[in-house]
Amino acid sequence: MSDVSMTVNGKRVSAAVEDRTLLVHFLRENLGLTGTHVGCDTSQCGACVVHVDGKAVKSCTMIAAQASGSTIVTIEGLAEGADLHPVQAAFKQHHGLQCGFCTPGMIMAATDMIARHPEGLDEATVRHELEGNICRCTGYHNIVKAILAASETMSKGAAKAA
Amino acid sequence: MYPVNYHRAASVAEAVNLLASEDAKALSGGMTLIPAMKTRLAAPSDLVDLGHIADLKGITVSGSEITIGAATTHAEVAGNAALKQAAPAVAHLASLIGDPHVRHKGTIGGSVANNDPAADYPAALLALGATIVTNKRSVAAEDFFTGLFETALEDAEIITSVSFTAPERAGYEKFRNPASRYAIVGVFVAKGADGVRVAVAGAGDEGVFRSSELESALSGSFTPDAVAGVKVPADNLMSDMHASAEYRASLITVMAKRAVARANS
Repeated sequence: MSDVSMTVNGKRVSAAVEDRTLLVHFLRENLGLTGTHVGCDTSQCGACVVHVDGKAVKSCTMIAAQASGSTIVTIEGLAEGADLHPVQAAFKQHHGLQCGFCTPGMIMAATDMIARHPEGLDEATVRHELEGNICRCTGYHNIVKAILAASETMSKGAAKAA
Repeated sequence: MYPVNYHRAASVAEAVNLLASEDAKALSGGMTLIPAMKTRLAAPSDLVDLGHIADLKGITVSGSEITIGAATTHAEVAGNAALKQAAPAVAHLASLIGDPHVRHKGTIGGSVANNDPAADYPAALLALGATIVTNKRSVAAEDFFTGLFETALEDAEIITSVSFTAPERAGYEKFRNPASRYAIVGVFVAKGADGVRVAVAGAGDEGVFRSSELESALSGSFTPDAVAGVKVPADNLMSDMHASAEYRASLITVMAKRAVARANS
């Protein structure tokens, strides 16, 4: 067994888990944070993307013990109370989902992508950067639209804050 | 995944000690090892996590001499400003591995130690005449990659860094399997003080190899036209459900042509 402790969505959590426990299972089963999904379980689909120390990673391909001491943000940690994160709001507005299964991973990938491209995004870049996230409904068109809109909103917000 | 004992090493020395136990395996980014454990293709008794050893991380560019720590992620290699200046082909290669999330975890040391025939870094290191540095010794890339998933690494030997001299020009191009995104063929061309070296990933049935046909064609003239007509023999190339040996041979020429064009651009 491993004693793991980490900060998840701003809260300190710790538990004793089997060493083989994957981060995604720790989040879903120990913490009840079921917004992070297990899609393919083979590091391809991206439904399990969360942020570990500020970087988007596939939580089905990381052992919980590897993440001990880290700061994790999951889809549940994005909104501030009733106020959706700008990426969540854009997905809602542009209908960036069909069945919704890939959406948590898409949104976590999108927030990471927008943070890594402070210069702004264009459609080709967004489509290329979504390489690690699969939507089986093939609803990419509105996902791309939502990410572009969120990137725009967020850069305006940043300009205002500065 | 079968049960396993996880250990986090704080130093290379500690990691080496932990790896002495039978069936222990080193865990770097885990982008290959963890999926292999999930499918039970790998079942180590112990995992020794190298991901928190500060000495294994970082990129140093000192003039034309470049050293990349083994636990440096693909994202860090792809985004490093000094490396982009000194050896843009290596940064470009790193940006083509996996997807953004995989690049945040996967490391150069892990990729090199695993020596997957479809991995990209071995082609770069072989073409650049790189040195692989371990906790015990330095090994030339030429002697390091010994076969499919086989390297010169001994038990409990850990790669600490790779180093190479920045080439005058270099380029990498790969033809991806459209489903897995791994290279069906990847070609790294490098022109340096010692001449032209060309290494091919994804195609050889013994893993990464140098192509003497392409090297001699490019030694005369380092241009896409110089390789356009080169016929690479299909002997010793892999043939599988994705591509026949003949198709791979043809792709090697095409990728070499594109890699030279990129190197010259």
